[in-house]
Amino acid sequence: MPIPTPFHARTGAICESHEWRNWSGYLAASLYEPTHEREYYAIRNAAALIDVSPLYKYEISGPEAERLVNRIFTRDFSRCAVGQVRYTPWCDDDGKVIDDGTVARLEQNKFRVTAAEANLAWFQDCGYGMAVHVQDVTAELAALALQGPNARLILEPILQEVELKELKYYCFAEGSIRGIPLTISRTGYTGDLGYELWVSPRHALDLWDLLIERGVDFGITPAGILALDIARIEAGMIMNQVDYISSRKALIEEQKSSPFEIGLGWAVDLEKEDFVGRRALIEERRRGSAWRLVGLEVDWNDLEAVFRRWDLTPQVAGRASRSAVPIYRGNRQIGQMTSHTFSPWLKRYIGIGMARSREVREGDAVSVEVTVEYQRLRANAKIVRLPFINLPRKRA
Amino acid sequence: MNHSPNSKRYDAIVIGAGHNGLAAAAILAKSGLRVLVLERRGSLGGAAGAEEIFPDCQVSMGAQDAGLFLPQLVTELGLERLGLRWVETPALTTVFTSQGKPLTLWRDVHRTAQEIAQFSARDADRYPRFADQIFQSSAVLADLMTVTPPALPELRLGDLAVWLRPALHARRLGKKAFMALLRILPMSVADYLDEWFETPALKAALGSTSVIGQMQGPRAPGTAFLLLYHAIHAAHGETRSSRFVQGGPQALIQALTQSAREHGAEICAGLGVVKILIEDGRAIGVELENGERLFARATLSSLDPRRTLFDLVGAHNLELHVVREVKNIRLRGSLARLNLLLSNLPQFNIQASEFERLSGHVVICPDLDYLERAYDDAKYGRFSHKPFLDIVIPTLCDPSLAPDGNHLMNINVQFTPRWLEWDDLQRRALLDVVLNTLSTHVPELRQQILDIQLLTPLDLEREFSLSEGDIYQGQMGLDQLLFMRPIPGFPRYKMPLGDLYLCGAGAHPGGGLTGAPGYNAARQVLRKFSAQ
Repeated sequence: MPIPTPFHARTGAICESHEWRNWSGYLAASLYEPTHEREYYAIRNAAALIDVSPLYKYEISGPEAERLVNRIFTRDFSRCAVGQVRYTPWCDDDGKVIDDGTVARLEQNKFRVTAAEANLAWFQDCGYGMAVHVQDVTAELAALALQGPNARLILEPILQEVELKELKYYCFAEGSIRGIPLTISRTGYTGDLGYELWVSPRHALDLWDLLIERGVDFGITPAGILALDIARIEAGMIMNQVDYISSRKALIEEQKSSPFEIGLGWAVDLEKEDFVGRRALIEERRRGSAWRLVGLEVDWNDLEAVFRRWDLTPQVAGRASRSAVPIYRGNRQIGQMTSHTFSPWLKRYIGIGMARSREVREGDAVSVEVTVEYQRLRANAKIVRLPFINLPRKRA
Repeated sequence: MNHSPNSKRYDAIVIGAGHNGLAAAAILAKSGLRVLVLERRGSLGGAAGAEEIFPDCQVSMGAQDAGLFLPQLVTELGLERLGLRWVETPALTTVFTSQGKPLTLWRDVHRTAQEIAQFSARDADRYPRFADQIFQSSAVLADLMTVTPPALPELRLGDLAVWLRPALHARRLGKKAFMALLRILPMSVADYLDEWFETPALKAALGSTSVIGQMQGPRAPGTAFLLLYHAIHAAHGETRSSRFVQGGPQALIQALTQSAREHGAEICAGLGVVKILIEDGRAIGVELENGERLFARATLSSLDPRRTLFDLVGAHNLELHVVREVKNIRLRGSLARLNLLLSNLPQFNIQASEFERLSGHVVICPDLDYLERAYDDAKYGRFSHKPFLDIVIPTLCDPSLAPDGNHLMNINVQFTPRWLEWDDLQRRALLDVVLNTLSTHVPELRQQILDIQLLTPLDLEREFSLSEGDIYQGQMGLDQLLFMRPIPGFPRYKMPLGDLYLCGAGAHPGGGLTGAPGYNAARQVLRKFSAQ
């Protein structure tokens, strides 16, 4: 049975949809209003307030903390300064991805990690024999994402001890709002201008109230997971257990993926000191990866034509779909589209998927499966570069 | 003894000069390799060595019996030519019933049957057939002692060839006996013995051997296997593989040392290894306490797998699945050692003319329920308040071990968990319990004691680098044997790193004064070298 987050007294009260999801054992609102559209548009046009407390959070501290994070993660943290955050995957011995998340360097010898799945035992075992302490701080930190073009305008007047304009993309700072101490990071899962606020659960409700009160003139809108899911697909961001399967949960070898295969090759530093999975990843780099992450844009005209056979207009849900559908080249199945959605921003049907790396190049014409009246048909699609939208303000 | 190595480069470096390390070194040196043995302690032999802990007495620190020692080592190294003399005492094991009456298992099967007849005609009648089954079944295990377990699941055809002999042997058993063996292996020793006998003391004499060094009672599955293991080299009719060495187990260590040296091995005591040097995923040598680095084509560690891989190699040099498996190896210190110097021969409840009964193991354990309860105490977080004691009086067969007609008593005190807080109070409490228990059989014992040495599992851990004080370097459960010893996937004495071999009790076939892991590991190294 999922348990409430520290914001539940507020989120529960406004959740008209009564639609909740189990996110890592916590109750998370799918959407607050009867439809998610306003919540989505808040992300892109105003400011959305999203309860992301269910994220798993870990702290790694001690004299050998840097050594441990460099052993766990594929990126080089000797080059991560205090105050910086890095997004990174982590792998098993065979170089297959276990999970992905962000790592903030709180102090020279202290890091905070967010993860989609439970990783305490893994991190501890990676640090076996090292002078480090790994602690699960999930329940000790409430987290809010404030995402959207107005996010900075809302926070700037109330945030103390931090100069928001100076807070660069993927950096964080310690500050306070009306006496509530918090950590603020210039991060998010939307590809928009936005921040994430990390605060003790006992201040959670005060912080929520303050933000709502200060944000009302800027269109602040509590948003659920449905809106977030659309935004992250537009931003080309992958999701564990949706776009790839954690090697820990895979039932067969074929279900596992390397970082190269899920579009995170840029976050693998083979030159740095030894890390878990390095040997296998060097070998894969040499041999080439079997799969690659692709963006797909489904041809709307063709989609209309497919539905027209039954005198229907395209019956695609406004929600993002996490059920994978096959990708074909001719009659040959070359991959699967794992997340797909109608993008309200682009007014196009888009998707993220995995395809056999030898069989696709950007711009290739492919097709994806569409089910109409219980019949499996195909609609034309194109392989495109990710992300689908890359707003200048994302990094501003 | 304390000297530094003559060279920087060797064919093989062996870490630890216990019996397995010395056996490996001797076999390697005999094949013409340049071998260096490095021992942290000032003396050789590890837990099988002896020290002058009492004035003018060389006392075996941990070992009692050499009955499990691998015969191939004796012949291949010519240890008897080097002065090794076996002593086969007339008695194997003597227990006392709860009424204090002695029951002795003699080396001679008929004498034993006569003895048992005083308790049960039925058991006396069955004993010879039981001895037959032990002999046949343990012979199959004896064959397995020198077999390199296959690396499952990557089984290669070549790996199977070595199984031919045990397989043929097993076949010779006949279908019925072979099925019996398969059935015995996972059984509890209590169930197994209940099927054969009704006399509690007889079952205690036979079954108590199975739990020595184990953190399990006689009703635990897999303990029947250990009964067979402790009988691997027993002659027909004997139910325990027991023989002593003239001069104590240390004389065996001396013979091994001499053999290794004669074949050109260098042995340095007082030189501890702090690190196994790794380059490109291979072991290339060792670093000493003094910072000196020595290099070798093969590095053999007789330390337990956890010490070897975590302390010397470093967990960070291992793949995570290996870290996890090594972390999970069941290491359980379950035994304390009490060595006593006595003014004269302890007077057990036997006639003066019957002192032959004391020549083997004297076991304080009247029945298997006593043994199970002794274990229950340990299970619930304390040492046994009525402990199972396995006693050897080595001065009976070699009076030269102690001066002036004094006697030594080596006592293995079973079920003393390593994880108890072994402070002075706890040590004194344990000593009291053991001496009180003994005093019920030897009323004058306390007055006879001249000197005492107590080694708790914590002492064993510190003194002999045994993780968690486990004398077997990993419990001898069915899940930690053969191709699962020390961990699944690395049974061939090779470790997760190239050119690193495990040659101690933590590797197949396991613990006891066998020399077999050392012998087998050395042969693996030789095979590798001859293939190069």
